Amino acid sequence: MWGKKLLVTLAIATVASVGAAKKLPVEDAVLTSPPNVPPAIERDHNARVVVHLETVEKVGTMADGVEYVYWSFGGSVPGSFIRVKEGDEVEFHLSNHPSSKMPHNIDLHAVTGPGGGAVSSFTAPGHTSTFAFKALNPGLYVYHCATAPVGMHIANGMYGLILVEPKEGLPEVDREYYVMQGDFYTKGKYGEAGLQPFDMEKAIDEDADYVVFNGAVGSLTGDNALTAKVGETVRLYVGNGGPNLVSSFHVIGEIFDTVYVEGGSAKNHNIQTTLVPAGGSAIVDFEVQVPGNLILVDHSIFRAFNKGALGMINVKGDEDKVVYSGKLSDAIYQPEGSAVQTMEGDYKVAKAQNKEDKIKFGKRVYDANCKACHQANGAGVTQAFPPLAKSDYFNEDPVRGIKAILHGLEGPIKVNGESFNSVMPAMKLEDDEIANVLTYVLNSWGNKGGEITVEQVQKVRQQKGH
Amino acid sequence: MKILSLIIATVSLALAGASEQVLIEGGEYRPLYMSEDSPMQTVSSFYLDQYPVTNQQYLEFVEQNPQWRKTAAPSIFVEQDYLKHWDSDESFEAIAAESPVTYVSWFAADAYCQSQGKRLPKVAEWELAALASETQANGSLESGYKQQILTWYSKPSPKTLPSVGGSPANYWGVHDLHGLVWEWTEDFNSTLVTGESREDSTIDTKLFCAGGASGAVDPGDYAAFMRYGFRSSLEAKFTLSNLGFRCASDMKSANGD
Repeated sequence: MWGKKLLVTLAIATVASVGAAKKLPVEDAVLTSPPNVPPAIERDHNARVVVHLETVEKVGTMADGVEYVYWSFGGSVPGSFIRVKEGDEVEFHLSNHPSSKMPHNIDLHAVTGPGGGAVSSFTAPGHTSTFAFKALNPGLYVYHCATAPVGMHIANGMYGLILVEPKEGLPEVDREYYVMQGDFYTKGKYGEAGLQPFDMEKAIDEDADYVVFNGAVGSLTGDNALTAKVGETVRLYVGNGGPNLVSSFHVIGEIFDTVYVEGGSAKNHNIQTTLVPAGGSAIVDFEVQVPGNLILVDHSIFRAFNKGALGMINVKGDEDKVVYSGKLSDAIYQPEGSAVQTMEGDYKVAKAQNKEDKIKFGKRVYDANCKACHQANGAGVTQAFPPLAKSDYFNEDPVRGIKAILHGLEGPIKVNGESFNSVMPAMKLEDDEIANVLTYVLNSWGNKGGEITVEQVQKVRQQKGH
Repeated sequence: MKILSLIIATVSLALAGASEQVLIEGGEYRPLYMSEDSPMQTVSSFYLDQYPVTNQQYLEFVEQNPQWRKTAAPSIFVEQDYLKHWDSDESFEAIAAESPVTYVSWFAADAYCQSQGKRLPKVAEWELAALASETQANGSLESGYKQQILTWYSKPSPKTLPSVGGSPANYWGVHDLHGLVWEWTEDFNSTLVTGESREDSTIDTKLFCAGGASGAVDPGDYAAFMRYGFRSSLEAKFTLSNLGFRCASDMKSANGD
């Protein structure tokens, strides 16, 4: 979301020996922002690992047109990934940026000791706290801010993962990624544009507007999708910052060969969906055998299609028709309603004044309601979701689009020579939203251009039967 | 009663460059960390500066008290960032003249107030005054009151702070208690929120007469939680980019009798 920068911390080796029982070789931790994971630890001995982490409060993008003031560890949500080895001594320097409004601290679940480091790391804006701990237990651990009010600090994005590799290391894999779920509570509803403040009441009621991977809608889809090649092994370090919701983590189109249950040492095999508690984790390993898009979801499925909990692994390589013949069976996961809710009260909803507005607003409607299936580039998914890009079906008669949105569409159709036989549910959208989204589609991805009016939508809506 | 108090306040202080004070009528206030059945704390009437102390006002103080110049103040009383935003001992960017002074320690703020025959407000006094909305002495139950404060707390500080007086006066005639800077209080470090806020409920409440988060009167009042949390992160010599102060006076001294 804020750029995939690789943070390599600076060395301050001079203070390294504080509290060390035995002099260990000192090294600086390699920290990465999501979805990247630091390289596996090669050394066969323990070290004193120096970690420099900064707490930063800054405006970021929650979804297209929606901004949010994130509080973060290291400038990203989730915060920088930390990787150490069982038995390492970790020297932790927590700096709170001078522009911060709040004091912050860090509770690492990998710490054995009161508060997980919270008291020792309590830091006013413009200050740095230092403490040290020994990584006694191997596992994948959540860290988070524990400053009052704890819930709000977590709800604003202050969480991340620290991996304590077991002494013998983890089995080698081809790719490792960092995925962390979080729930967000905003004054406006899902997709409502503008800088959205944190909503305390909703957070207490556990009524999330956004449930997302890696801090924002779309942080793991489209151009940000994870990648792998057929035949490779993939490991996901999955965390859940909460603050409230437990994740039913699932990858559509894969079975986890191995799950390190709750991020610990117990291995389970052949798992479809694994629970990731708020403030907990899981490590999942799987081999990818066929090409296509694997979809990461919280299988509490409305969160996936209506609140943002969607990610993607783009797998490239040769087909294996024996393993997979071609027909996707994910239609059952489609939402029955839509993400855009009826506005109430005094909200002033921006109305499109011209075609440019329509296209702009229409993109937001598309991203919130259509993109999950028809894809960001309108290409759809072969044999499951028809393309909208250069679609003969749609360009021939754009009113078909109005009908599909208003009434849903099921049964066989042919688009650009390919047959589709699946179900699209009716979408609960306002007339102007439908006009906007179809105008956006008409003017995107090589389609023929033009405009759909609210009147056209109303006309179709008034027709009985379809 | 309010009109009378304003008249008293207006004639009360005529020190050059000093902020005018207004009367805050005493009342009962239930500290955040007391339980529902704990006694209310009585706050006596007092005077409070209408505005936070500005850079210009602080400059006048420094000119008269050279021991508090940027380069002269002893390091046990101020961190090295003391008056960091000032170009030199006695100058700062013109744009900042009416902005609240920040990068000042508790010691410096205390010395400033003393130099004017005033003192820093106590936490209870500050909180009582800050309970007011524009129309009521206790506006905390008005819809939107907490959310508005919370929204400010959730945003990082701007590079250049706005001038004081940018927000409307509250019921007492005081400006900027919310939405501009954090403010020092005389007894900021008496709050029993520790660095481990989740453990505070086990602090020996008999000993200290206060408990932790679970004992809070209104656990929904996150805005107040955050002020207490912020104060507890401070040490008296700290100088922060968004921490300023204003002064208070007792009834007696402010009345001049």
